[in-house]
Amino acid sequence: MKPTLMLAGALSLIATMAAAQDKPVLTVYAPDYFTSEWGPGPAIEKGFEARCDCTLKFVAGDVLPRVMLEGDKTKADVVIGLNTDVTAKARATGLFAPHNEDTSDLTMPVKWTDPIFLPFDWSDLAFVYDKTKLKNPPHSFQELLDAPDDAYKIVIEDPRSSIAGLSLLLWVKDIYGDKAGEAWAKLAPKVLTVTPGWSEAYGMFTDGEADMVLSYVTSPAYHIMAEKDDSKVAAIFPEGHYLTPELAAQLKTSKHPKLAQAFMDYILSPEFQKMIVTANWSFPAKLPHDQLPEVFRDLPMPDKTLYLPEAEAEKLRGPALDEWQRAFAR
Amino acid sequence: MAARLRAIAPAVLAAAVLATLVLGTLAAVAWRAGGLSGLRGTDLSAIRFTLWQAALSALISCVLAIPVARALHRRRFAGRGVLISLLGAPFILPVIVAVFGLIAVFGRRGIVNVALGHFGIEPLSIYGAQGVITAHVFFNLPLATRMILHGWQAIPSERFRLAATLGFGPAQVARQLEAPMLRAVLPGAFLAIFLVCLTSFAVALTLGGGPRATTVELAIYQAFRFDFDMGRAASLALVQVAISVTALLIAAKVSLPARFGAGHDRLAQPIAQLSGGGGRVGLDALAIALATAFLLTPICAVLLRGLPAIPTLPAMIWPATLTSLWVAAASVLVTLAVALPLALAATRHRWAEIAAMLPMTASALVMGTGAFLIAQPFVNPTSLALPMVLLTNAALSVPFATRILMPEIRTLQADYDRLAAALGLRGLARLRLLTLPRLARPLGFSAGLAAAFSMGDLGVITLFSDGQTRTLPLALFQLMGSYRMDQAAGAASVLLILTFALFFALDRLGHHADPR
Amino acid sequence: MLTLDKLTIQQDDFRLEADFSIAAGSRVAIIGPSGAGKSTLLSVIAGFLAPTQGHLIWEGTEFTRTDPGARPLSILFQDQNLFPHLSVTRNLALGLNPRGKIDAPDRTRIETALIRAGLEGMGARKPGQLSGGQQSRAALARTLLRARPILLLDEPFAALGPALKAEMLALVAQIAREQGMTVLMVSHDPDDARALCPQTILLAEGRAHPPRDTHALLDDPPPELKAYLG
Repeated sequence: MKPTLMLAGALSLIATMAAAQDKPVLTVYAPDYFTSEWGPGPAIEKGFEARCDCTLKFVAGDVLPRVMLEGDKTKADVVIGLNTDVTAKARATGLFAPHNEDTSDLTMPVKWTDPIFLPFDWSDLAFVYDKTKLKNPPHSFQELLDAPDDAYKIVIEDPRSSIAGLSLLLWVKDIYGDKAGEAWAKLAPKVLTVTPGWSEAYGMFTDGEADMVLSYVTSPAYHIMAEKDDSKVAAIFPEGHYLTPELAAQLKTSKHPKLAQAFMDYILSPEFQKMIVTANWSFPAKLPHDQLPEVFRDLPMPDKTLYLPEAEAEKLRGPALDEWQRAFAR
Repeated sequence: MAARLRAIAPAVLAAAVLATLVLGTLAAVAWRAGGLSGLRGTDLSAIRFTLWQAALSALISCVLAIPVARALHRRRFAGRGVLISLLGAPFILPVIVAVFGLIAVFGRRGIVNVALGHFGIEPLSIYGAQGVITAHVFFNLPLATRMILHGWQAIPSERFRLAATLGFGPAQVARQLEAPMLRAVLPGAFLAIFLVCLTSFAVALTLGGGPRATTVELAIYQAFRFDFDMGRAASLALVQVAISVTALLIAAKVSLPARFGAGHDRLAQPIAQLSGGGGRVGLDALAIALATAFLLTPICAVLLRGLPAIPTLPAMIWPATLTSLWVAAASVLVTLAVALPLALAATRHRWAEIAAMLPMTASALVMGTGAFLIAQPFVNPTSLALPMVLLTNAALSVPFATRILMPEIRTLQADYDRLAAALGLRGLARLRLLTLPRLARPLGFSAGLAAAFSMGDLGVITLFSDGQTRTLPLALFQLMGSYRMDQAAGAASVLLILTFALFFALDRLGHHADPR
Repeated sequence: MLTLDKLTIQQDDFRLEADFSIAAGSRVAIIGPSGAGKSTLLSVIAGFLAPTQGHLIWEGTEFTRTDPGARPLSILFQDQNLFPHLSVTRNLALGLNPRGKIDAPDRTRIETALIRAGLEGMGARKPGQLSGGQQSRAALARTLLRARPILLLDEPFAALGPALKAEMLALVAQIAREQGMTVLMVSHDPDDARALCPQTILLAEGRAHPPRDTHALLDDPPPELKAYLG
């Protein structure tokens, strides 16, 4: 960083601190990745502060565990970056208030009716590969299962520690139902290894160690737009792909309910929605298709989206995990 | 009596801090959950797998370390000191960096398999139990080598000279001098590595190839995050503590302190007659060469991948680096302030040794959650972000620092306690004139380890995070999390170089400060 | 006068009793079969071990529970009499002040003590750079600086050759006489006792017998001593 930039940064920090004295502070809990300079955090902070006459303060870390431990004494006004795996648990705490947004015209592949958890972006789970290296990619989930064991090696994430891994369990369960165990038995030999999180898995893929990685249909967009590399593609399966929305919610206990509501409004504003596309490499929850960047408009997309309602997913995940563990135990 | 109490007070305080941090937090989690809850079948297989892989990893690390330490002790060659330090590098590597280094060497597309492919040999797989153990040996061979090498160096040169005078051959030296030393050192080394591997999480998961390689630590994670069952998490954490303490007690029963008596601090020179002829030189060279290749190739792979990306690193890496550096410096001070009184007390009081080992048995997740539960009624946990980071980073180094210090303290006490008592040397004067100078080497080594551990720490205590302080490993993860794998590799190189430089500097400083 | 008043030392099945006095300024050897407890008795007097019963008294002041460093005595061990990482001067400084801090007059006193012990100009050396005899001299010089009335010797010169040992014993005798020190020396060599100590305490069968004339005792040893002397 140039010294002048540092100085400017320091000055602006002092300015914000001074300003912060008389402005209300909206506290937003977010995951770690959110607040890095490549995450959406900085843009959200700038954009919202420009319109709210307030200070937005991100607290990065374990969002829901922290709120649950704090209970009704939580400092959070809003949480952002939740995944669907925790909504049932979060809802049961009774700590969250309705988002009061009209979700009838969201640009999501499913109809969104949840009154509390508001999606701000979404993607579909997909297996991503390098088309210059993998000459025989699967064209359907069934083809993936039926391929010889040595056709390709896949890295997946552990469902116990990663939302991608858990969504894969539900994906398989949704397609294969009672036969999910058999599906896993066919998939397991092609799984090179299981990583704790998405980062490790994706790193192993980009290092060339794995032929395919469990990621998202939107992953290739990053490589095309940021690296001018169109070799990474998502395998599109006719059976359908599992939806992974990212969510925000406001707290009942917020001391600034109006600001919190304004933040929920901001999330669905065109400004936020346009920004989130490349800040989070996902589809925005509410933005007409023609306003998307060209690369996103042209991304190959599945015809069918799979998504289990919260209650059903909650019921299935325990047994699905057992099935998964059994398949790998062999 | 009052003087005795005064002397032991710092150790009692240090033990209380660690006990609160490990057991108090566990109790807080159990209390919040309304009690412990029962384990499931998968938990039992996780316990089995954990014990098995930890024991095997520790055994292999120790067995392989003997010839390496022996060779390093017997041979003098240019760059030996630097090589010994360099061979320590894997132990202080951040897990994620090391795993990628191992994959670059032993993975499907790694150097080894490419080479094997040229000869038409079936590729090796690093995924599965063998991968977990390979990785654990990679991490811990340096620890075992250092502990055993220290054992060798602790045999006074007078004894070797006596052996030479008596016309001992290598076999007799092995039996009379080296076997008793190994007998004293190995249980401790085995225990330390066993405990390290016991709480393995990311290594076991990433290289384990699937859920068969589930460790207790992962089961705890699952109980917390997947099942939201804090009672089961607490039960599993308790199992982990119980296993560790049992292992500790067994090791204490098995190990006998080696007593060689004090020497006169003359520099130990290897004695040609005892080191054997050309064949042994060849074997020693082979042991050193193999260990070097095994331990350093993955590190070179990380550097090769990352160095070109360093110029492209975003500016925010540098403030994060600074943060990491000064957190490491503070963590060193906290580590030594806790470990030294405990190690001094531990040679006479078993409780001090157990207290010092407690952090190794702790589950990071339980510790963080429990500390949060304890702190929350009184203060805003984010205001404790920094003290918690320092305390947890330091706590993870304390077991190692204590283990490193204890043998030298035993020697120190056996040799000079009576003299110091007769001269009325005690308190701070004793610390300044006797304890610190005599312990300069192990203190430097401990400080280096503490700094390195702190550098590589990901901030397990994310619950306390205020979202403002970003360390280098966190920046690395954020880069990975936003697809910037090349820059992440660059950050990994920076992390690796700085971590090692810190370790090396402190370790050497200890050698320099050693008045011998 | 040094009094061991009904002193009992009990460790597992080892037991030693002592009940006698030694006149101030006398030099007394302690001899007896190995395992009789010679070093143990010295350790109790020096304060490394607590007696099970009884009292230790010097000139009317009891020191049974006093810290080793505060007792009216100095002790020389078989080895480890010096800290190898400290220079001779700093080792000697500990005899003046356990904090190790010294001022200019102290330096002069240390230099004088070194000259007295025959180590002139060797203050800057580390013990490892000294010969065995020189190390003993350095340790002896420190007892000079400590200037305590009692000197305990626990086979201090056992590692030295006969000539060197005789030389050291003579030096101890000379210093003790000059300083009026009371000397108690453990030795397994009757010749040491004859050379340095007019009186001797015999340790045998769980008892420390009161001091007797060394020559008389050694020339006409009781049966338990006879067995040991062979």
